[in-house]
Amino acid sequence: MSALVTEAAVASEGPDGRRRRRPVTGSLLVGGLIVALVLGMALLSFVWTPHDPTLVNSSARLQEPSLEYWFGTDKFGRDVFSQILMGSRTTLFVGFVAVGVAAVVGVPLGIVAGMGPRWFGELLMRGNDMLLAFPALLLAIMFAAVYGASTLVAMVAIGIASIPNFARLIRGGTLQVMKTEYVIAARAAGRGPFAIGLRHVLPNVSSLVIVQASVGFAIAVLAEAALSFLGFGTPPPTPSWGRMLQESQELLSSDPRLAVFPGVAIAVAVLGFNLLGDGLRDRFDPKLEDHR
Amino acid sequence: MAEQPTSVPLATPGPQTGPANAIDVRDVTRDYRRPRTSLRHPSPPVHALRGVSFAVPQGQRFGIVGESGCGKSTLLRILAGLDRPTSGSVAIDGRDITGLRERRLKFVRERLQLVFQDPMSSLDPRMRVGDIVGEPLIAQGHGNRRERVAELLEAVGLRADAADRYPHQFSGGQRQRISIARALAPRPKIIVADEPVSALDVSVRAQVLNLIADLVDELSLTLVFVSHDLSVVRHVCDRVAVMHAGQIVETGDTEQVYEDPQHSYTRRLIAAVPTLGKALSGVSAADLNQEYRP
Ligand SMILES: Nc1ncnc2c1ncn2[C@@H]1O[C@H](COP(=O)(O)OP(=O)(O)OP(=O)(O)O)[C@@H](O)[C@H]1O
Ligand SMILES: [Mg+2]
Repeated sequence: MSALVTEAAVASEGPDGRRRRRPVTGSLLVGGLIVALVLGMALLSFVWTPHDPTLVNSSARLQEPSLEYWFGTDKFGRDVFSQILMGSRTTLFVGFVAVGVAAVVGVPLGIVAGMGPRWFGELLMRGNDMLLAFPALLLAIMFAAVYGASTLVAMVAIGIASIPNFARLIRGGTLQVMKTEYVIAARAAGRGPFAIGLRHVLPNVSSLVIVQASVGFAIAVLAEAALSFLGFGTPPPTPSWGRMLQESQELLSSDPRLAVFPGVAIAVAVLGFNLLGDGLRDRFDPKLEDHR
Repeated sequence: MAEQPTSVPLATPGPQTGPANAIDVRDVTRDYRRPRTSLRHPSPPVHALRGVSFAVPQGQRFGIVGESGCGKSTLLRILAGLDRPTSGSVAIDGRDITGLRERRLKFVRERLQLVFQDPMSSLDPRMRVGDIVGEPLIAQGHGNRRERVAELLEAVGLRADAADRYPHQFSGGQRQRISIARALAPRPKIIVADEPVSALDVSVRAQVLNLIADLVDELSLTLVFVSHDLSVVRHVCDRVAVMHAGQIVETGDTEQVYEDPQHSYTRRLIAAVPTLGKALSGVSAADLNQEYRP
């Protein structure tokens, strides 16, 4: 898996109980760099963009890239580079909302399903499967129809549709943690189920949460782009990579660069979050840590 | 330190006058259901325990020996109220705990604590040692936690600054000491140890065994000590029960069982590992065969 193995390493536990060094894999490194880049772009957009990304300038329509307009301008004369910078904010917002909703509901649900009686866990997981079978984009379009199209509504819908992914994964992790001797020890110490869930299960499934969060982030970014493209996502004038792509459609033959810049941005960001998720999964054991 | 069990004059007549046994196990069975492997027939259950009975008087050091898979850990979980028997009953200090809800088991949690087999998985890797040792104190609402934890760490021979570190920063033997400190934290009267040294390096086995024996003496605890190795049990226990395939096949004073085993299974066990010295120096039965080969 690791094409690129660097010397940087973090301590983690080996089977001998002593610290073992695990190399940082290429995917973790590249994914981390891309995510840092997106984060940097969003932060930068708060203090500086070359032009006002929403400023319509009829005298500067469809300019080719130049020193003045690095990525050129669109059909309204807006600076494409500034829009890409601002669009990264939307992208991050989208990820945080969707992953936040999914994790805040899905993680406790998974833990409860894993700790409760068997029939209860099975019941919750059957409900989970039904939600999982429902297409996320369709749910988002329905939400947009009911509550109006906005980034927030779209992402809450995507978040709800991602709850089952979290719940399933975390239930699996919880079942493993509940079999460990340290949980039996906690019970013998007199700890109740709530304390065990909070003190033992949650910290020990947290690596799973982080992995799933970065994968969920990628899914959300892609979903936002798709929804904005269809007109159910981020409404104008807020810059969004997905909507830039949609607006470039009619000029695809004459000005393909208008599709290329946001398209590449989306692809790279999605790749980055996926690589980060992969890298983190390799870093933390494929299964759970410390359970043999 | 901890209060002594009230001693009762030996001359007092009648069977019911002595203090209740620390542990009374009556005819306990435990079946594990297995997942189906065939559509037509349900899998037969595993009979992990098949009618186990024994009693441990207050203050005794009771050993249970038997090979891997004979049901030792299952038995311990049941007598600690962490699992329920399929049938039979368990009493701790004369109080029946069979089928009690968790809330009613508080007195068991206070009086009986466990030391586990695997020092790697019995300590939460995400918790500091101080929190691990203090966990029974929090759970049972004791005060003065920091002081008590420091006192416990010292009692098991660890430095007080161990409290701020994580389990993976310790060796196997040290982790088992942490486990022992946690077990002693709520001042229990009964310690149940499930193969506490079998996962340890041979070089530290004797130390940990001696620590357990000393603490049990000092605090006048009742000890239930499980091992697959009779020579280890002999080192620590007064009485021993030999377990085989979910049943107790022989019970007696340790020396007597060791010198004059009645059951053929016990004889085989003794033959497998001849001396404590050899066991502690890491010589296994296989090595012995090698050694004596002409
Ligand atoms: N949760 C479970 N589900 C099904 N079968 C189990 C379960 N736990 C134990 N068993 C079975 O019950 C029997 C007794 O297991 P137990 O763990 O009590 O043995 P043990 O004497 O402690 O062995 P060891 O020395 O390896 O720890 C074994 O055959 C085991 O496979
Ligand atoms: Mg066992």
